[in-house]
Amino acid sequence: MTGLRSIDGTASGPAWDYDKLVFEDRVHRVLYTDPRIFDEEMTRIFGAVWVYLGHESQIPAPNDFVATRMGRRPLILVRDSEGVLRALYNRCTHRGSTVCREARGSAKSFQCGYHGWTFLNTGKLNGVPWPDGYADNFDDEKFNLAQVPRVESYRGFVFGTLNLDAPPLIDYLGGVAGPLDEWLDRHPGGKVVLCEANRLKFKGNWKLLYDNSADGYHVVFSHRSLLAMENRFDEDGDKGMAFYKSNPDNAPMYVRYFGNGHHFKDKRPNVEDRPGALWEIEGPHPGMEHFEASLRQRLGDKADRALDLASSEPVNINVFPNLHILGNHIQVSTPVSVDETDTTWYGTAVVDEDGDLEGTVDAINALRMRTQESFPNFGEVDDLVNFEQIQVGFQAEEDEWVYMHRGLGIPDRFQVDDDGVITGPPTDEVFMREHMREWKRLMTAEPRIAIARAV
Amino acid sequence: MDAPDPSTSSYYVSDDFYAALVEDFSGWQTPERAITDSALRDSCARFLAEEARLLDTDRLDDWLGLFARECIYWVPGTRDGDPRREIAIAFDDRRRLEDRIFRLQTGEAWSQRPGSRTTRMVSNIEPFSTPDPEIVMVRSNFLTVEFRAGETRSWAGWAGHRLRDMTTHWKILVKQVNLIDYDQNLRNPSIVL
Repeated sequence: MTGLRSIDGTASGPAWDYDKLVFEDRVHRVLYTDPRIFDEEMTRIFGAVWVYLGHESQIPAPNDFVATRMGRRPLILVRDSEGVLRALYNRCTHRGSTVCREARGSAKSFQCGYHGWTFLNTGKLNGVPWPDGYADNFDDEKFNLAQVPRVESYRGFVFGTLNLDAPPLIDYLGGVAGPLDEWLDRHPGGKVVLCEANRLKFKGNWKLLYDNSADGYHVVFSHRSLLAMENRFDEDGDKGMAFYKSNPDNAPMYVRYFGNGHHFKDKRPNVEDRPGALWEIEGPHPGMEHFEASLRQRLGDKADRALDLASSEPVNINVFPNLHILGNHIQVSTPVSVDETDTTWYGTAVVDEDGDLEGTVDAINALRMRTQESFPNFGEVDDLVNFEQIQVGFQAEEDEWVYMHRGLGIPDRFQVDDDGVITGPPTDEVFMREHMREWKRLMTAEPRIAIARAV
Repeated sequence: MDAPDPSTSSYYVSDDFYAALVEDFSGWQTPERAITDSALRDSCARFLAEEARLLDTDRLDDWLGLFARECIYWVPGTRDGDPRREIAIAFDDRRRLEDRIFRLQTGEAWSQRPGSRTTRMVSNIEPFSTPDPEIVMVRSNFLTVEFRAGETRSWAGWAGHRLRDMTTHWKILVKQVNLIDYDQNLRNPSIVL
């Protein structure tokens, strides 16, 4: 892409000496409370690594667009008239107003509401009102919308980065692409489509959510009410997340760190590897008895596989810094300010283009919508309040340290393979220590940040 | 054979049920269907005030008692959407609604510890007739002010109640809660709306 322009935003250097704030066993509270650190993160992390921007199923046809953000930057993720994926800055090159104020839609061009400048969905300036009042040549690319210079898709997941030195997306994902592939490949055609979302937010720093994302230690405490609810009719008490009960480290699940801040909590080993096993541990959901009976009647032996598609996949796949695949959700977290974060739990639906499911896909999705509503309603709300209460606790200025040392110093507690992939027990905080190590590396690196202007 | 107990199993939320639900909640607020009978309007208004009072006074079990055995509590995340194809902010059948109340009453739902205090204003109450003479649909506006953990905030929107006339009282078949900010990120949506 031409028209790259380097930005000098990182020239001032780090606001802090991070060697004094990030240690192997602990980090300083200011990582979560200092607006200057947050401002730097918006460039050095949310500008410099591949950031998840949206899913291709949100913009299936040419000219489709969806509003998104990269950190705080307002973007329009478009599939332009030629079918090219672009992440346009939603910022008029004239006076800075947004040129698109819709959440999604289809448009060949965007017109600023302020002075009527119009841009094609490639980002190119298409026209300004009464151009004879300007001495400029409007073919100058500086008048085109800025856009993210590198946008790539991995199996429908669209990412962007401003960092010209970032590795290709596939290399950035590295090992975490494995679980992502497995998550996709359990669906017909190896894909899902996004549907509507449980949209939540909390008054806390974005990293509190990332720190929690592979945390197997909090589950039976933070989600005590959900576990009780899921099992109130179950004599064995083995529904939902019951495999966390007693000591989760005795269960076969594990947490794995892949590098680049990505990690994976794999709960699948807790569940027998056979059709129907996932469905058997589902807690109660609206319509489950009706649809199970109906699917068994229609599909016979194949019903177990269909019911598993309506069941929550027991994984937490965390792609640094803002994408989480858990259950059947695509969860996206978006920082708003140092102590405010949006977290949007997009549902996913099964598609059956080849007819594998013999006409039952609508029934499966009717069930799958209800299974997906459970955790955001009855689990995530409790986590988010706990995050908010951390942010309150952090106001105690003299009590500086936040610990993440569970497992540290215990021999043979985790294994490291030849590729540096670390595997440990599910309550271990090794994943947190590793993503904080990566955070510190990024905050002290010098990324080559640029924007592009279409020609 | 007795009908299955909807508190412990969910057979009634079927394909046909979903189709009827979407149909029932489409295009129901028409001038031809508006109910002008003042006694009926008054009865609906008193019922909605009672419902708000039960919620504001934390009488969640009594609030559950206002619902028909086979019921739906529905907070859509889209406008005019179909719950078969979309996630809702909440879509509870009888069992899940009882689950919701059970969870809130465990004392271990941190999103409600401390619990919220609410004051609900219900107004603009408009009942509409349906093809079934025993069923009315009621549109009302709500403004719920919530105080929790030192902060006061509000929820606003309109509700659609589908009510069955039990001669001496009403039963809620469906309560649909339409937030004005249904498509935005919501902070701690853990109270019953």
